[in-house]
Amino acid sequence: MASRASGAYLRTSVSPDLPPPARVGGPVAWVRENLFGGVLSSVLTVLSALFLVWVTPDLIRWLFIDAVWSAPDGEACRAPGAGACWAYVRAKISFFAYGSYPRDLLWRVDLTLLLGALLAAWLLWPGARRKGLGLLLFLVAYPILAYNLLHGMADSLRAVLRGLADVSGSAALADVAQNALPVVGTNLWGGIFVSLLVATVGIVVSLPLGVLLALGRQSSAPVLRMVCVVLIEVVRGVPLITVLFMANTMLPLFVPEQWSPDRLMRPLIGVAIFASVYMAEVVRGGLQAVPKGQFEGAMALGLTWRHRMALIVMPQALTTVIPGIVNSFIALFKDTTLVAIVGIFDFLRAVDTQRLDPEWAGPSISATGYVFAAAFYFVFCFAMSRYSLMMERRLARGHAK
Amino acid sequence: MSDASQVQPPRTPFLRAETLRAAAWQALMLALIGWLAWSAFDNAVENMRARGVPTDFSFWNRPSGFDINQTLVQYSSSGSTYGRAFVVGLLNTLLVAAFGVLFATVLGFAIGVARLSGNWIVARLATIYVEVIRNTPLLLQLLFWYNAVLKPLPGPRQSLALPAGAWVNNRGLFLPEPMFGPGAEWALAALGAGIAGTIALRLWSARRRAATGVGAPVLWPSLALVIGLPLLVFALAGAPLTWSFPELRGFNFQGGVRVFPEFVALLLGLSLYTAAFIAEIVRAGIVSVSRGQTEAASALGLTRGLSLRLVVVPQAMRVIVPPLTNQYLNLTKNSSLAVFIGYPDLVQVFAGTVLNQTGAAVQVISITMAVYLALSLLTSAAMNLFNRRFALQER
Repeated sequence: MASRASGAYLRTSVSPDLPPPARVGGPVAWVRENLFGGVLSSVLTVLSALFLVWVTPDLIRWLFIDAVWSAPDGEACRAPGAGACWAYVRAKISFFAYGSYPRDLLWRVDLTLLLGALLAAWLLWPGARRKGLGLLLFLVAYPILAYNLLHGMADSLRAVLRGLADVSGSAALADVAQNALPVVGTNLWGGIFVSLLVATVGIVVSLPLGVLLALGRQSSAPVLRMVCVVLIEVVRGVPLITVLFMANTMLPLFVPEQWSPDRLMRPLIGVAIFASVYMAEVVRGGLQAVPKGQFEGAMALGLTWRHRMALIVMPQALTTVIPGIVNSFIALFKDTTLVAIVGIFDFLRAVDTQRLDPEWAGPSISATGYVFAAAFYFVFCFAMSRYSLMMERRLARGHAK
Repeated sequence: MSDASQVQPPRTPFLRAETLRAAAWQALMLALIGWLAWSAFDNAVENMRARGVPTDFSFWNRPSGFDINQTLVQYSSSGSTYGRAFVVGLLNTLLVAAFGVLFATVLGFAIGVARLSGNWIVARLATIYVEVIRNTPLLLQLLFWYNAVLKPLPGPRQSLALPAGAWVNNRGLFLPEPMFGPGAEWALAALGAGIAGTIALRLWSARRRAATGVGAPVLWPSLALVIGLPLLVFALAGAPLTWSFPELRGFNFQGGVRVFPEFVALLLGLSLYTAAFIAEIVRAGIVSVSRGQTEAASALGLTRGLSLRLVVVPQAMRVIVPPLTNQYLNLTKNSSLAVFIGYPDLVQVFAGTVLNQTGAAVQVISITMAVYLALSLLTSAAMNLFNRRFALQER
């Protein structure tokens, strides 16, 4: 013990060991630190726990235990105490996915979706090779193929095939030219595939058009700059619904009668323009983030404007704004639901109309349909955001200090 | 090596001169745009004439002949014009946007702070909320609230009782309505005077602190002025306030304020949706203030509350305000989704019913777009003013 008698504070013996600190590891310490760190924290923990206890069992019971998994019609789902009516989703899934597309031609939709998924996987897979070829196929070959598959063979293609049949004298080819891939009007299209179609068109158009608009906004030519600025600011200042209304009712007025676009084409144009101006602002942010030295270095190397942009500036600008680009894709995917306002049967509209089907109508049908739709959109959007996080991390590796 | 001064730059041929080419391109572009605009106009006039669609704004003063359930101003299907319907729709849009901004801000700040909470369960719940809300379409949420939550509520006779004498059923939300008697305007005047006094007091205190280093106490006198003074006047005036409670009479409620289910669904959907985005903005703002700032503040001896108020929040606000403005604009624009659940906003009333009845597509849609554009510009102007207060004062 310390001796004070000598007047100096001198320790003469080893002090006894202090007790070990109250648990710093293990579950108890974790709970104390993360759940009961203070009075407020404890109160919040108790309230949250009460909330979870209140909500979770009912939710699980509704979603799984009391749910009706298979039934021929809505009778079982209308029984008191019944939960979610998954049987209804199973019965309607074909309508939710394809709308009124002729049932014997569904393979055309499936094939288009499958090819699209394969191409998308090629482009999105980080280690994939020859992405340039993939991009070319996706942007040029795939849209043509998708049009011929979904809508029906284009007249020009038919004419070419007919010519070939005449030259070769092949009856089989003539038959193909005449009857293969009959036209399916867009009034029959609907469901998930239309949602994916609108989103894909929006994404595919908005990226290049957004880049062009962003470049135009920075151009030194005043006319071009003014046009881009006005377009971007006006479209960004109004809701998508008004753009869709405009595309639907005003666009047919602005072109000669015979050019009037198809009823599905109009909202596609509206969505594409809307997505492009938002993309333009994202790309502009990326352009502004590229250091001036990069422009100057590229100029010093004697590169032309096109090469400067394509080889030096754009790659850097686009990589820095990948999160922003993916965010606008997510927003676009969610916004595809609004095309319902101009009478397009997208997925959500399909779900929303079917809940009134008298065969199934019941107290739990609306909620079931919406929960199913929410799960669908959530999976897509969440996957997109995770993918963007992954890419961000991959690309950041090169800049790690 | 040759003498640099003797090397003549190669002469650019006249037609390849940069400036001339640029000017030519611009002229060409201008001509193209002019031609496009002119042909669009020409086509529109021709098509509209062929379809018998009005090409002027004379429909504005014609009687509308349709009903609107929620009207903030005098409106009737028999006596009101399309122009009046436009005003009703615009006011309804502004109403839902104003309440939406208020609720979304409060909720968004709370959830943003909760996501950063040291409390594991609170942070997790906030994260789940943000992820679920942000990754599903707003329209889906609106339809869910309206069709799956509010519509299946019981009818008036089986209304659910809420606290403080409010009721909810499938016809809407019924709230008690405060009825102010004579003398209440004095309390209101006192409130105004109290607010003015508080502002004056703060200015004076700030000026004194700048001059002498010691400010005057502000908090308690402010509270006394803003809350105490109106209450005192209110009590002196004989507390002229009665509540009109909604009561079930026959098949529906009488008295109180009726809030339509469409409004409730839209407000709920917009607020919850935008709050998730605001929460992320708030979180990013708080995270952006470096730890050294808080540490330096506590090294200076500031208490936790003071360091939050004087050091962290002002710097976080600098990051928060610009994207927050965007969210307010988004909320206003998203209120146009009202058309899907039948809330009589600008788009539903004007770009919906009025357009269908008159057929004046170009005029109606142009006016609608112009209104949203003006709202956007006004909001960003107001928020820029607010932002200037928080922006970095670079010297």
